Amino acid sequence: MKLEYTFKSALKALLTHKSRSALTILGIVIGITAIMMIMSMGSGAENLILGELGSFGSELIAVMPGREPTGPTDFAEMMFSDSLKERDVEALKKKSNVPGLRDISPEVLVPGSVSYMGETFKPMIIGWNVEMLAELMDLYPEKGNLFDDNDIRTKASVAVIGSKVKEELFGAQDAVNKKIKIKNRNFRVVGVFEKRGIVSFLNVDESVLIPYTTAITYLRGTDYYSQLNIIATSPEVIDETVLDIERTLREMHGITDPEKDDFYVTTQEAMLEQIGTIIGILTMFLSAVVAISLIVGGIGIMNIMLVSVTERTREIGLRKALGATEGNILKQFLIESVMLTATGGAIGIAFGAGLSFLVSVALSKFAGLNWSFSFPLTAAIMGLGVSAFVGLIFGLYPAKKASQKSPIEALRYE
Amino acid sequence: MPLIKAENLSKTYYGDGVKTRALREVSFEIKEGEFVAIMGPSGSGKSTLLHILGFLDKHTKGKYVFNEKEFDDFSEEELAHLRNKKMGFVFQMFNLLRRTSVLDNVMLPLLYSDNKEEDWKKMAKDAIKLVGLEHRMDYDTSQLSGGEKQRVAIARALVNNPQVIFADEPTGNLDSKSGQNIMEILQDLHESGKHTILLITHETYTAEHAERIINFKDGKISSDKAVQCRHHAREHFEK
Repeated sequence: MKLEYTFKSALKALLTHKSRSALTILGIVIGITAIMMIMSMGSGAENLILGELGSFGSELIAVMPGREPTGPTDFAEMMFSDSLKERDVEALKKKSNVPGLRDISPEVLVPGSVSYMGETFKPMIIGWNVEMLAELMDLYPEKGNLFDDNDIRTKASVAVIGSKVKEELFGAQDAVNKKIKIKNRNFRVVGVFEKRGIVSFLNVDESVLIPYTTAITYLRGTDYYSQLNIIATSPEVIDETVLDIERTLREMHGITDPEKDDFYVTTQEAMLEQIGTIIGILTMFLSAVVAISLIVGGIGIMNIMLVSVTERTREIGLRKALGATEGNILKQFLIESVMLTATGGAIGIAFGAGLSFLVSVALSKFAGLNWSFSFPLTAAIMGLGVSAFVGLIFGLYPAKKASQKSPIEALRYE
Repeated sequence: MPLIKAENLSKTYYGDGVKTRALREVSFEIKEGEFVAIMGPSGSGKSTLLHILGFLDKHTKGKYVFNEKEFDDFSEEELAHLRNKKMGFVFQMFNLLRRTSVLDNVMLPLLYSDNKEEDWKKMAKDAIKLVGLEHRMDYDTSQLSGGEKQRVAIARALVNNPQVIFADEPTGNLDSKSGQNIMEILQDLHESGKHTILLITHETYTAEHAERIINFKDGKISSDKAVQCRHHAREHFEK
């Protein structure tokens, strides 16, 4: 039978039972929509995270306390580990130890809130070398200045605040040179950052930056750092600099067996890779869940095709009496089920793309994320392929059943 | 050589443990160009015979030779091809496709044929003209009367210009005037000399439009003779 007529008769058969056909493909539509959204959102999230990280520059090396985390308990250890101290920083600074180091800044996170004249706000309070941060993020104060090395050395009580913090505490007033309170200690505001939003996971607008020396001495009352951030002289020396850092720290901590390291070093590149892997695994896992929904949808297709074969027993008998071969009948029913699922797939692709576009608009408009919509072409092609394949697989049994009906049995069927 | 040759043809059904012998060692021959009526009460095996002769069913014993080739020597594919090219079927219940135009119904056998696609429409239209339904070409079959439906079925049986036309009680569901009209078409087809016609009926009057009547009873041939006083449908109309 010529293909054009096969398609025409398949279309006619499906349109005869419009609502039945529509309900049958609903499972496929939902499955493919979900796949499209997962793929689109996954690549959107990946782009966002990679973009954020990328803005930090590839010369950044971070040293974290504790063992390299391989499970949730390791993260806890990392939070409470006290292995990174000032003497480590001094040792790393020595050119003879780490020749590839250009700059280093410890990082100290301080939980708590800030207040000014009765107004209170809970920002992210971070002890840093603010000049290094400014250079890394290309981030400079809109008003006032940054604090400098001298402030760090003297453990000065100075702070640079984000635009949101300024707004919450001071409103329209000028903030520079005003005194804010952090944990009952007065800090003089020396600068206010320009409005910047989230950069590399740090919401600059809601941050308060103070000298790390001040943070560790007066606010935390401990002598260890949350993290050490190091800038290498160039991206080319990253690998050897990492080795130098590891060697120096092992020496300082008296560690001979690398297995027993109480710190770990990560680079921008390794982090990018890790995040890519995590998102990849997540996407695959979610897709596997969706695959189950496609199987369920396929069973629905099979069910309805079996009903259709039974209903059209007489038609099958007639076609056979008029000269249709088993192959003709098989093809006719297969085309019907593939047409059904491929239509479902196409609708799912349109829905999925539309929904992920809306979500991306919502995320960038209302959540302030730098989220870009990407139409997952591979997912679309795959979705169409998979849905057609589902039709083929689950249509095969009903089609085979139809083709094997004896013409006279089929004609006699009431 | 005869077109159709049956030798000790038997058909036994086994349904629900009950053995039913629908045909019992039936032998006869039909020559090319004959118009034969097969008569008998219901349950006499006449429909079973027609299904076997039309390759719609298989006999259980004996030999069936069509065009000098034995049934068992045909593959499934060849049987389908022969049904398409050499045979045309007209059923009591019309068996037209619903929600489908007259033209598309008549074209149906062509979809499975090896005729060129560009000829299909013309072939179908010619067949429809032959049964006098050219004014109903684009009608949906559900809009037609019983007699018109049967004429569509005849057009469909004719479209591939078959050697044999099998008509299974073609007038059974029609009023006498429509039935007469169908018989007229069948007789005209026969007289054109291109078709052998096998008609199944339980009415003696209808059967007497044929040249020869084979009578069936309990799965056996009870008589097989030429029609002495043949009815001519056209004359009947003119009376």
